[in-house]
Amino acid sequence: MNKKKLNTTLTHFALVTLSCVFIFPFLWLLDTAVKPISETMKQPPVWIPSKFEFGNFWEAVNYGSDKVGYIPFLIYAQNTVMLAILVVIGTVVSNSIVAYSFARLRWWGRDLIFGITLATMMVPFPVMMVPTFTIFKHLDWIGTYRPLWVPAWFGSAFSIFLLRQFFKTIPFELSEAATIDGAGEWKIFQSIILPLCKPALAVVALFSFMGTWNDFLGPLIYLLRQETFTLSLGLEFYHSKAGGTQWNLLMAATSIVILPVLVVFFFCQKQFIKGISITGIK
Amino acid sequence: MKRRNEGRAGFLFALPWLFGLVAFMFYPLLMSLYYSFCDYSALRSPVWIGTDNYSELFHDEVFWTCVKNTVLYACVSLPLGMVIAIGLAMLLNTNVKGMTIYRTIFFIPSLVPMVSLAMLWLWILNGDYGVLNTALGAIGVKGPNWLSDVSWTKPALILMSVWGVGNAMLIYLASLQDVPSSLLEACELDGASSWQKTRHITLPMISPVIQFNMVMGIIGSLQVFAIPFVMFPGGTPARSTYFYAMYLYDSAFSYSRMGYASAMGWILFLVILLLTLIALKLSNKHVHYGGA
Repeated sequence: MNKKKLNTTLTHFALVTLSCVFIFPFLWLLDTAVKPISETMKQPPVWIPSKFEFGNFWEAVNYGSDKVGYIPFLIYAQNTVMLAILVVIGTVVSNSIVAYSFARLRWWGRDLIFGITLATMMVPFPVMMVPTFTIFKHLDWIGTYRPLWVPAWFGSAFSIFLLRQFFKTIPFELSEAATIDGAGEWKIFQSIILPLCKPALAVVALFSFMGTWNDFLGPLIYLLRQETFTLSLGLEFYHSKAGGTQWNLLMAATSIVILPVLVVFFFCQKQFIKGISITGIK
Repeated sequence: MKRRNEGRAGFLFALPWLFGLVAFMFYPLLMSLYYSFCDYSALRSPVWIGTDNYSELFHDEVFWTCVKNTVLYACVSLPLGMVIAIGLAMLLNTNVKGMTIYRTIFFIPSLVPMVSLAMLWLWILNGDYGVLNTALGAIGVKGPNWLSDVSWTKPALILMSVWGVGNAMLIYLASLQDVPSSLLEACELDGASSWQKTRHITLPMISPVIQFNMVMGIIGSLQVFAIPFVMFPGGTPARSTYFYAMYLYDSAFSYSRMGYASAMGWILFLVILLLTLIALKLSNKHVHYGGA
């Protein structure tokens, strides 16, 4: 018994220590964000700011609004939210329709195509970069948001896979009963499967929101004009402009970019854990 | 009658993806293969030049530097990340109190947007005012110049990658919770030590997930881009952080050598394909599929 107690104590000790290591960068981020500039560059570092400068957040958002190098942070936020909405709607609509086909309808070649779909998850993005860019250039879409959200309306392998796993768990008797009552496939999909699979749809919506919010390479390739940038791109731009001199403002801006992601996570923890856990299931 | 309808409906429902698969996957893949044999800048149409891109790559010093950097990064960060992710998952799987809180803490770093992460670490690793070196100084270690010393930039990136193991950890944790406790109890009755239990029961039971995470890890770490791109523009210092995907991006969009970039893309694709097959083949011997 005593040995068991010792083990539990050791486990707790390890977990607390590791937690501190993992959480520290965030605390330091917030700590720096509310410091006066003079205290960010002191050696040894000032752990607790002499005065909490919450105005830093405001200043970061309006950085240089009176100067030529003005960085319109609020516009970036607006751009990112708009883009995320388009991507999330497209992802949920298209993938639920496609997953219904893979999960609940029998058609010639279905399993082969599903296998190919899974295999495409292994194709590295860099190999597609040039031809995809060329396609959008021919469509004259470079510099617009379309290359970033239109593909989301045509399905993605990961979301199809995830939704299919859920759709398969709905008893087939339900579909059969509906068919006898004269319902077509669209009706079954819309009024039986979708309402029962809301949690799964939430997971897919969540992942695609996160993906869009965090995406850097896509906006980097396709967005040209500064006023169209997303937050990720804007933050990088901000950094290269502000030149790392005003660390407190940079950290305040960084916290603002991180905050929505954390808020979403805290509200949807369950869906998250479920969604990620299922990716490991063969 | 019903069957035929189902077939047609199935095809119609799958149509968006069938289009997406062709337009955004097959077509780009084939075109990129074609471009890789062409001289192609954004301004002119592609001109067939045979294998010139590939032979030039073979003699390109920068290319080999990137290959070396990327392989080195992957070879250290991947196994290290796997061991830490499994370790954390096992610690969390011991029915400790407050498991959800710990789980959240370990997971959060992998949620943070890459660019924000890069900013945060630029500040923590800062040569003059970085808090990490201050902390190291407090225990009597003189911290290196993480961002400007050629031999420490890659370790800095690897350190950061370890901070982001939360995603893999969650997958391991989910599969650990599926290991039947009856098996472990039976072992305990037979007097097995906890190491023996881990080695002979737990690890074999979660081996399919280890294999899955390993394959995903290989694919991900060979494509590392956003963090070094933001933290070390141009792979500074002395190209010590110039990674494969960065050179590919620069070739395509900074030097407008689309054909050259496509050749790099295809080499990466083939290497990933090959490594994945090897990983699957080698580990299949050790992967155990339980009841399912």
